[in-house]
Amino acid sequence: MNRKKLQKLTDNLTKNCKHFNKFEVNCLIKLFYNLVGDVPERPVAVIGLDRNAFRNILHVTFGMTDDMIMDRVFRGFDKDNDGCVNVSEWINGLSVFLRGSLEEKMKYCFEVFDLNGDGFISKEEMFHMLKNSLLKQPSEEDPDEGIKDLVEITLKKMDHDHDGKLSFADYEKAVREETLLLEAFGPCLPDPKSQMEFETQVFKDLTDFNDM
Amino acid sequence: MGVALTRSAQWTAAGYGTGTLESTPLNEEILKEIIVFVEHFIYKYPHEAKFVFVEPLEWNTDLEPSAFESGYIVSETTVKSEEVDKNGQPLLLLSVPQIKVRSFGQLAHFLFIAKDTKLKEAQACIEGNRDPVVKILGSEFGEMKEDSMALNILNKISTDDDPENEIKMKIAILLKQLDLHLLNHSLKYISLQINLNPKTVKKDIELLQRFSGKGEQTVLESIEYTSDYEFTNGCRAPPWRQMYGEICYVLVKPHDVEALCITCSAEGVFLNGGKTDEEGDIDYERKGEVYKDLVTFLKEKSAVFSENMSRQENISNEEQKNQIEEVLTKEEAAVPQKAISSSDRLKKNHINFVKTQMSKRLEPSLNWRAKVDFKDKNLTKDSQEEKHGGKVEKSRTSISHGKVQLRKSVDKIEETISESSSESEEDEEQPDHRQEANADLPSEYWQIQKLVKYLKGGNQTATVIALCSMKDFNLAQETCQLAIRDVGGLEVLINLLDTDEVKCKIGSLKILKEISHNPQIRRNIVDLGGLPIMVNILDSPYKSLKCLAAETIANVAKFKRARRAVRQHGGITKLVALLDCAQNATEPAQSSLYETRDVEVARCGALALWSCSKSYSNKEAIRKAGGIPLLARLLKTSHENMLIPVVGTLQECASEENYRAAIKAERIIENLVKNLNSENEQLQEHCAMAIYQCAEDEETRDLVRLHGGLKPLASLLNNTKNKELLAAVTGAIWKCSISKENVIKFREYKAIETLVGLLTDQPEEVLVNVVGALGECCQEHENRVIVRRCGGIQPLVNLLVGINQALLVNVTKAVGACAVEPENMAIIDRLDGVRLLWSLLKNPHPDVKASAAWALCPCIENAKDAGEMVRSFVGGLELVVNLLKSDNKEVLASVCAAITNIAKDQENLAVITDHGVVPLLSKLANTNNDNLRRHLAEAVSRCCMWGRNRVAFGEHRAVAPLVRYLKSNDTNVHRATAQALYQLSEDADNCITMHENGAVKLLLDMVGSPDQELQEAAAGCISNIRRLALATEKARYT
Repeated sequence: MNRKKLQKLTDNLTKNCKHFNKFEVNCLIKLFYNLVGDVPERPVAVIGLDRNAFRNILHVTFGMTDDMIMDRVFRGFDKDNDGCVNVSEWINGLSVFLRGSLEEKMKYCFEVFDLNGDGFISKEEMFHMLKNSLLKQPSEEDPDEGIKDLVEITLKKMDHDHDGKLSFADYEKAVREETLLLEAFGPCLPDPKSQMEFETQVFKDLTDFNDM
Repeated sequence: MGVALTRSAQWTAAGYGTGTLESTPLNEEILKEIIVFVEHFIYKYPHEAKFVFVEPLEWNTDLEPSAFESGYIVSETTVKSEEVDKNGQPLLLLSVPQIKVRSFGQLAHFLFIAKDTKLKEAQACIEGNRDPVVKILGSEFGEMKEDSMALNILNKISTDDDPENEIKMKIAILLKQLDLHLLNHSLKYISLQINLNPKTVKKDIELLQRFSGKGEQTVLESIEYTSDYEFTNGCRAPPWRQMYGEICYVLVKPHDVEALCITCSAEGVFLNGGKTDEEGDIDYERKGEVYKDLVTFLKEKSAVFSENMSRQENISNEEQKNQIEEVLTKEEAAVPQKAISSSDRLKKNHINFVKTQMSKRLEPSLNWRAKVDFKDKNLTKDSQEEKHGGKVEKSRTSISHGKVQLRKSVDKIEETISESSSESEEDEEQPDHRQEANADLPSEYWQIQKLVKYLKGGNQTATVIALCSMKDFNLAQETCQLAIRDVGGLEVLINLLDTDEVKCKIGSLKILKEISHNPQIRRNIVDLGGLPIMVNILDSPYKSLKCLAAETIANVAKFKRARRAVRQHGGITKLVALLDCAQNATEPAQSSLYETRDVEVARCGALALWSCSKSYSNKEAIRKAGGIPLLARLLKTSHENMLIPVVGTLQECASEENYRAAIKAERIIENLVKNLNSENEQLQEHCAMAIYQCAEDEETRDLVRLHGGLKPLASLLNNTKNKELLAAVTGAIWKCSISKENVIKFREYKAIETLVGLLTDQPEEVLVNVVGALGECCQEHENRVIVRRCGGIQPLVNLLVGINQALLVNVTKAVGACAVEPENMAIIDRLDGVRLLWSLLKNPHPDVKASAAWALCPCIENAKDAGEMVRSFVGGLELVVNLLKSDNKEVLASVCAAITNIAKDQENLAVITDHGVVPLLSKLANTNNDNLRRHLAEAVSRCCMWGRNRVAFGEHRAVAPLVRYLKSNDTNVHRATAQALYQLSEDADNCITMHENGAVKLLLDMVGSPDQELQEAAAGCISNIRRLALATEKARYT
């Protein structure tokens, strides 16, 4: 990609981005093209990270392990649902992912947890997300019993309107009371350590990413 | 005495040559007998006392040459006796520190001079001369065997007619008698001392084990043998130690002191050197005094043991009474705790217990002696030993277990001592009641148990959910706190702190922070090793995590062990570093889970330091870590919730001299004064408290005034509802009013009137300070008048009947200060205040005694018919004179001052003379304390006014030491001494003594003094001496 194009793209994206400055956007764009591999003949808008490549990044760079959550995070980034994260989705996604305000993050997380996108986190969705959260104890007859119980506990804690599912309002209220509940159903934000590592690496020194 | 010394006296195991006498009661007894023998020798056998030893007895003495008086030629470092042998050699020769004595007469004289250190000197003498008989009489006597002694003596007498030999013989017989006497005596003593035997020791230990365990009520935390193997004779000590009479070794962990490793031997119970090396061998060497049994030993070592022991006894006594009499009222049975609080009952039981223990011990046991030779038996029973192989193995493991404990204890000994007194141990030993299984458990219990299960078995997500849910329980409630602990939640929470999951750490700390308000939980957290982990978290990059950790530490570090743990893991430095965070006051860009305001971090750090600062070593650590400037900086902020912990920390630390200096240097006083004007009473209280601590220093007192701190203090006096605040404020006023300028200000602010109003219906903490402040204020005439006008004298006098020692010291001082005003004195007299003061002379505490005696001086001076008044106290004068036997310098000085005033009345002077005031005063003459010297000299000069007291002072050798007072640096001493010498110089013999001691030159210098009274007295004295000299000369030449 030539310098002029890059310059234009950067300006363009910086305008729409709340949390990154021009330099940072520039760095992130460069990283993006490093990651997808610079293919000049394809139009800029079409190229992007597909699901697997993106999940790979989440796993390697941000230490996420839960397949389902990573899938949901990909969905969260891929706003236009075209199966790949293009450069503007990349920048906007990372803006919330790394630097988002509590409100933005809440919205983002709720979307991640709302598996079917119906605006509520239902008991079934919770069960689905939490099903691997307990170590299997051989002594228990029904291993799902614990998960069900955990779901009940969560509902008791967060379901303020007692309708048996979490609306965004329920979720928001609970998180404002106790920030720890932001990622209540699984880690979908970078942990601060890997976030810091990522940022220092990307914004200071790009050369290292060339061999990624 | 040779036999007794070698056989009975207990020499340390260090070997014969350099051996020293152990300080056991038996040795002390022997030494005392020897001293009595020597002291009486001179009277019983005056002729033999002059006998010159063949060789001098030599040893190193601690006695100063100045202690020697008439009969000796004294110089800087040497003393020679005037008494010499036929070759002209002095019989006593001291060249510091070595002393040589060559006759019983000199020996007796020396002991007389040594007074209090008699015992020590005798010991040094015996140690220095291992064979005194040989030295005294020559080698031929040393070689005599006991049985052939008499024969030898007869032999010698028949062959020799030399008169000197006759004396030698006589002395030899005398020494022989002494030897026998000593042996008899020590035998008597040993049989009194009684040997413990394995059975009684075992019974004791079993008894103690029954009363041991965790919790407040028990007497000990644990008591166990170092060895599980018990020999057939009941001993647990290895056979080669049984030879020395040792029975067993016990590891004892009392509540309040570190673990003790104790040897129980036939001779008694004592502390040994503990475990020494990896093999778990015990250092058998004795490290402390010998006690007659385990209980006495532990009572001596552990206050908690002694208290709880008497309580245990008390409770069991109560129970017995209940059973037998069945008349005890219900209330008493229901609240045995309260019953104990009546102190005399407690004491009675305490004594009871000791008595029963003693009578148990008093029967001498020969069983043990018979079994000492067990070692031999043991050797023949090798096969049997092998059978016990398994057991021996077992005992070894238990020893190594003990070793770990012991090594710890050695590390901590210094720590225990260094803890400051200001710390409160209110929560150190809470009863540790676990909830009964299945007994009416609240539903929370089961819910919490379930959550803990998920904490244990869940991944990060489940853990966070469980933590958040747990936080919803009422964690301030004890049932929930204990439920978390009882289902094993504490362990899990603390383990979570050790993981990498920041969210889990935050959640865990949020819970720990709440439940650590419970004293039991605190202890459990420390036991589980939670503190080091939390201290490590203080290094975390996440501020909210730091905050939570610091806050939790603040809660946990409410007791000694915890504070020590924080320090030992470097927590203090890290906490001090937190204070530094408040540098840049910029808010973080976004509110995130991991971020928080810098000010908050500093606040939490200060909170934790406040808790930690209750230990002395921690105060030092805070200072060394550079905490004071940081605290000073934080003090400039205006956040109340920040100021309270900061001032709280400063106030705790201000008990240390270093801090007070630093507080002055960092200009902290200014801010303390500023915060006195705060709205927050807690903040005001801590500020006042800090001022109270710091205002011992004069400059600080001035600073408080210059920054306008006196007015808010005075106005805070009107807030009488908050007693803690009132106590702190009155304390600050007390210390501030030590400066005259401050008193003037206080008078301006009408603080004195208010203080007088606070003399009634206040708790003791307030009263002590109020009275202290009035005592300082009443140093001035105007204030004395104000106090009288406000009716303050009556309540003050009423307070003289209290029992609080600190209060009594202050009250007596205040009453004394008031009594300077004759009008006040009239009121005090009418209220019978002097009688009350006088009766305080009987108070057991020396400070009270001294303060009362000081207060009596102005009373006697200003009372109308003082002489008559003093005489009206039955036994009063005798009481005062007898106080001259005290060994507290302050008491002595104050009593001398009182005597000076009493002696102004001729009749009273006559009475105290009859009570023997002269010899008692003379005895005190050898002192270096200038305050005592001054008042003593004044008393002497007063007492000279009666009968032949002047002569008597001379006879009791008070004159020579008085002359030495003139070399002091204190003019007050000079004046008083010159006056005393002037009075004494009316007697010719005294003049001679003065002259001999070089008084004239010193007095001549005094004549040049600007002090008129001193001039006059010195000149008068010289003129008396001179007149005597002229008269003698005249007599000689006419």
